[in-house]
Amino acid sequence: MQITADHVIKFIETITMRVKEQRDYLTQLDSAIGDADHGVNLDRGFTTVVTKLPSVADKDIGTILKTVGTTLVSTVGGASGPLYGTAFLRAGMASADRFELSVDDLTVVVEAALEGIQARGKSTRGEKTMIDAIGPAVDALKAAHAAGDDLLTSLRKAVAACQAGMEATIPMLATKGRASYLGERSIGHQDPGATSAFLMAQALLEVLEASQ
Amino acid sequence: MKKLINAPEQVVKEALAGMADAHADLLTVHYDPDFIVRADAPIANKVGLVSGGGSGHEPMHGGFVGKGMLDAACPGAVFTSPVPDQMLAATKAVSAGKGVLHIVKNYTGDVMNFEMAAELAAAEGIEVASVVTNDDVAVKDSLYTAGRRGVGVTVLMEKIVGGAAEAGADLAEVKRLAEKVNAHGRSMGMALTSCVVPHAGKPTFDLPDDEMEIGIGIHGEPGRTRVKVGHAADIAAMLAAPILEDLPFKQGDHVLAFVNGMGGTPLIELYLMYNELNKILAGQGITISRRLIGSYITSLEMAGCSFTLLKLDDELTKFWDAPVLTPALRWGY
Repeated sequence: MQITADHVIKFIETITMRVKEQRDYLTQLDSAIGDADHGVNLDRGFTTVVTKLPSVADKDIGTILKTVGTTLVSTVGGASGPLYGTAFLRAGMASADRFELSVDDLTVVVEAALEGIQARGKSTRGEKTMIDAIGPAVDALKAAHAAGDDLLTSLRKAVAACQAGMEATIPMLATKGRASYLGERSIGHQDPGATSAFLMAQALLEVLEASQ
Repeated sequence: MKKLINAPEQVVKEALAGMADAHADLLTVHYDPDFIVRADAPIANKVGLVSGGGSGHEPMHGGFVGKGMLDAACPGAVFTSPVPDQMLAATKAVSAGKGVLHIVKNYTGDVMNFEMAAELAAAEGIEVASVVTNDDVAVKDSLYTAGRRGVGVTVLMEKIVGGAAEAGADLAEVKRLAEKVNAHGRSMGMALTSCVVPHAGKPTFDLPDDEMEIGIGIHGEPGRTRVKVGHAADIAAMLAAPILEDLPFKQGDHVLAFVNGMGGTPLIELYLMYNELNKILAGQGITISRRLIGSYITSLEMAGCSFTLLKLDDELTKFWDAPVLTPALRWGY
């Protein structure tokens, strides 16, 4: 099985639906340790993104992802706009002119996205951010692929690692982003960025499982 | 939630429309991307000053656009950083070939979005310098955080640097002065009640009737401690002490004292708090030689206040006193 451009369009549409459903939950997580806007901002961004999808529906995966990235940068604001925007832009650059991605290609694409987030946010693992969910997911994807797992099996393992990473942010002390201002009081709360990252990973798996 | 709004998602645009009409002599509002710009921009032979941030802190920043202060301001959604498209468009609109200074408050989102905008502006051949304000002493250990938040000093910086830019200072000079203001200023705030973000519809945090949050952020971020509400004199001491010891301010210093309302506190209480601050400073041999009292950097309807002290010298005093004509601050013109 390969990831097609059509899967990528459905992936973005699914993220949009899940973000809309989980909007209040994400905002509630953010009000505990941030500024109570994460769900609202992502919802605004992806709602705009889906209006752009018809214009790139017949284009390569790189063009689709770059369009998602620039639209998120232009509409989300906050920290998540530049971070997710940069992630999709880098993923788009890593999949330029491609209409299909193998599991091998996917590891390259998600790694590029992760590197983009780390560079833009000047952040690393263990600081209670989205990187704590995405990093383990990328590791798990690569490990599964190296062990010879197929695309779906690898992705299931990646999503499980993403969820574990998201949950592991609960006891973490935030040292980056607005939650860091809370110091010790950030402990005991799940990071909203790690949560939205998990929603996105889950959306990709959902689309691929449904098209099987 | 009780608010004078039509729909949460229309709040920023409708407020901008009101501002555009009310202050058409001073400023113009551009939409999509949204930014507020001096009516006479770009000003020949002048460094452009651009700031911006989430909405909900009015009059900051849009209320400071005009002669002797900002050339443009970029309003984001409520409590959300604006996006690079806005800052790029504003930067281009005020660029007169002498460079543009971005005044950025130290919040992760603001810093990243302004950084992207500066990269885009540089790619279009505009020289951009940036200064980040980080004056909030409530954030204790900057090594393990995103750093101190930018709060009250931002208002003072926009005024002082605006005066210098209006007088013809070049970009390097304007940036140096901005960094000096930041280095000489410290702030601390407190809240009696929470704010309500329009699209959230409920208070950002729960604060029992008899408690207050010391060290509150301007987005309702929790501060250092939560304690029972005491007398104004005690609250003033709790705000002033960490400010004074941080710079530190010393006997013989001349300062600008800025007592700021968070949005829901009446002026009578701000003057009362100013009186308390005055007593504290007098007791330490510190002279208030300039002052600003009122709600200038707010957090929607939050009740509470913040203190900002800026250590003055002749240069800072001169540009603070320089004429200014904006919706929110005006003297000398």
